[in-house]
Amino acid sequence: MSIITNINKLFDHRIRLGIMSILMVNEYADFNMLKELLGATDGNLASHTKGLEKAEYIKIEKQFIGKKPNTRYSTTPLGKAEFKKHINALEKLIHKT
Amino acid sequence: MNNKDYLKDISEIKNLMNKSSRFISLSGLSGILAGVYALIGAAAAYYIVTNSYSTDLLLDDTIFKICVAILAGVASLSIITGIYLTTRKAKKTGEKIWDISSKRLLFNFLIPLLVGGLYILIILNQARYGHTAALMLIFYGLALVSASKYSIGDIKYLGYTEIILGLICALMPSFGFYFWVLGFGVMHIIYGTIMHLKYDTK
Repeated sequence: MSIITNINKLFDHRIRLGIMSILMVNEYADFNMLKELLGATDGNLASHTKGLEKAEYIKIEKQFIGKKPNTRYSTTPLGKAEFKKHINALEKLIHKT
Repeated sequence: MNNKDYLKDISEIKNLMNKSSRFISLSGLSGILAGVYALIGAAAAYYIVTNSYSTDLLLDDTIFKICVAILAGVASLSIITGIYLTTRKAKKTGEKIWDISSKRLLFNFLIPLLVGGLYILIILNQARYGHTAALMLIFYGLALVSASKYSIGDIKYLGYTEIILGLICALMPSFGFYFWVLGFGVMHIIYGTIMHLKYDTK
């Protein structure tokens, strides 16, 4: 069934889904902002952002603000498109049953 | 995953999108109070102007200065009340008062407002007083519409109302005072009450 194939396994996790939700409506977010909003631990969040980066759904930029290292996350066009597909599939599934 | 989980997913997505991009601790009560201050200020100005020997506001320098002072007083009281009540509400809901979302809200609110404020000051200096009320309403309305994307979306309706009032006011500048009272006094109280009942009392 085509609807099921649109459900993206990569988004099938609370933290990864959360990261994408936040990045969809914000130009970018830094590590601390994601951490606070999602209530995740450092290690947990880092592994999930890496997973999303590997799929090229998000972009990770490391930079310095003054002397402090700062990591910025933003979605790629591919990530945006995949997330939209995923949401549509979710909605269809809900309306179907 | 069953249906219930998907529903939970959707609501979680919505919640995070709102929380990460909007500052929602604005207090409705501060809107009501801002309206009350505006009405008191307008009544005071009206009393002073009508009881002065000159009926012409424009030519009387001290009366004009008093009116500007009243206006500044109303504005600063409203801002102080707004900051105080919003901080209090943010503490209650656990939202940070000074984070990316509140900064973005303030920035988008201030751009139209400051541009409008400067423009009004410029034309006042050129002794063109007629459209002051209309311009205040229009620019304030634009500021609200621009800010509404980063806060409770409902404030855009107050913004639209102010813009429409401002435009009508521009058509009949001699009624500027009454439009100002309607826009800054009455509308603040009405919308403040709606927002208070809808969001604060939850």
